[in-house]
Amino acid sequence: MSDNDIVVTGLGATTPLGGDVWSTWNEMLAGRSGVRRLDAEFVEKYRLPVRIGAPLAVDPATALPRGVARRLDRCAQAAVVAAEQAWEDAKAGDRVDPDRVGVVVGTGIGGVRTLLEQAELLARDGLRQMSPLTVPMLMPNGPAAHVGLAIGARAGVHAPVSACASGAEALAWAWRMLRTNEADIVVAGGAEASLTGVTMAAFARARTLSLRNDDPERASRPWDVDRDGFVLGEGAGILVLERAEHARARGAKAYARLAGVGTSADAHHITAPDPTGRGQARAIGAAVRSAGLLPKDVGHVNAHATSTVVGDIPETVAIRSALGDHPVLTGPKGALGHLLGAAGAVEAIATVLTLRHGIVPPTANLERLDPEVRLDVVAGRPRQLDTAAAVTDSFGFGGHNIALTFTTA
Amino acid sequence: MTTHTEAPVSAEQQEILAKLAAIIEEIAEVPADRVSLDKRFVDDLDIDSLSMIEIAAQTEATFELDIAIEELAELLTVGDAVQLVLAARA
Repeated sequence: MSDNDIVVTGLGATTPLGGDVWSTWNEMLAGRSGVRRLDAEFVEKYRLPVRIGAPLAVDPATALPRGVARRLDRCAQAAVVAAEQAWEDAKAGDRVDPDRVGVVVGTGIGGVRTLLEQAELLARDGLRQMSPLTVPMLMPNGPAAHVGLAIGARAGVHAPVSACASGAEALAWAWRMLRTNEADIVVAGGAEASLTGVTMAAFARARTLSLRNDDPERASRPWDVDRDGFVLGEGAGILVLERAEHARARGAKAYARLAGVGTSADAHHITAPDPTGRGQARAIGAAVRSAGLLPKDVGHVNAHATSTVVGDIPETVAIRSALGDHPVLTGPKGALGHLLGAAGAVEAIATVLTLRHGIVPPTANLERLDPEVRLDVVAGRPRQLDTAAAVTDSFGFGGHNIALTFTTA
Repeated sequence: MTTHTEAPVSAEQQEILAKLAAIIEEIAEVPADRVSLDKRFVDDLDIDSLSMIEIAAQTEATFELDIAIEELAELLTVGDAVQLVLAARA
């Protein structure tokens, strides 16, 4: 391992499958789903066609002191909970120089719950009932800023916003910060908590959500012939990334290396991916090249596959064109649902654990593979896989394509 | 617990104080029984500027009054806040 390598030294998550990394990982391996029927008032109030979602398994407010929780939107709460787990896991604590600690935490939407709650208070009860903390709670850099405050990061705090690619883009920016030596250690990932009436209605109006209301646990089914849309979920995933030299000097363990990143844009359509998969393939190719690898070296792809009819296939075209047909795929959204801005980060954690433990979680609910996929997809049960390199990719509304290459430490 | 001794505390002051103490406890997690007229928000109760903004906002909502930013800057003690509410009612 060279001194310029970037290693993963801490993991933290809170997801629909569990309140931490290990419960989430174990549920993924078991092929279980975090999707359930929503009993929220807004489902009836707005007569939503979609009555299912993937809420956090553990309310993040319960993992924070009450005085802290009440000043944070649920999205920032999730980010801070995951970041504190990751920071603790990295055992960095007070042994690092705060001026050399960075934060990059993305979100797709940010504090939309706060915005909607405060809009309702303003309309119903007037100005005096509005919280003076509305602005810091709704701003999309709130999760990043609160993570920075929680760990005392002073090298720079950033908040990329690229819809469902935000969490992966945050890791790409963290990698760049470390490569350019702006920081020794960067706490990076994504957070989302947008299970609200308005966002559910908006995604439903865009015809992107699964309507499998009568069978929630089987609704998110990447690449299955019967897929009918994604399931909106909430969560946060945070990784501690560190220059290998720095990690070694303080005796930190390394889970894996973030060996390369690739980003591109489709310039094709505001929501639909380019059906040729060209833009996505360029991101994947760049992630492999920047890792100093060849396509044949990549044995596994932890894919974006959201379970939409139109989205799942272009990605497989991109994977085949950038890497070939040898990588073994999994679609983690079958279990997690779609965590939007947190998705790329939580899925990066799963990719790291796959490399670390040599095991690929199954694509939950994949029963009949869409014949257009033409790739080896893990389904039914986990599969042992001995590979030294894996790619995870994330794509966002707006044509944002991000791919990350992880290698064994 | 120390209290103001210069003047007897009226029933109305007591009522306002009790409501303010509840607000302060809710927002800044200072036990209500520690809140008395002579306590300074910052020096005695350790309340930071963000909490002061929240306490002011909740005071406005509870007592249906508006606190100007200059008035907020002059609120040093809990007694000052009680006076502000009394003045707004007058």
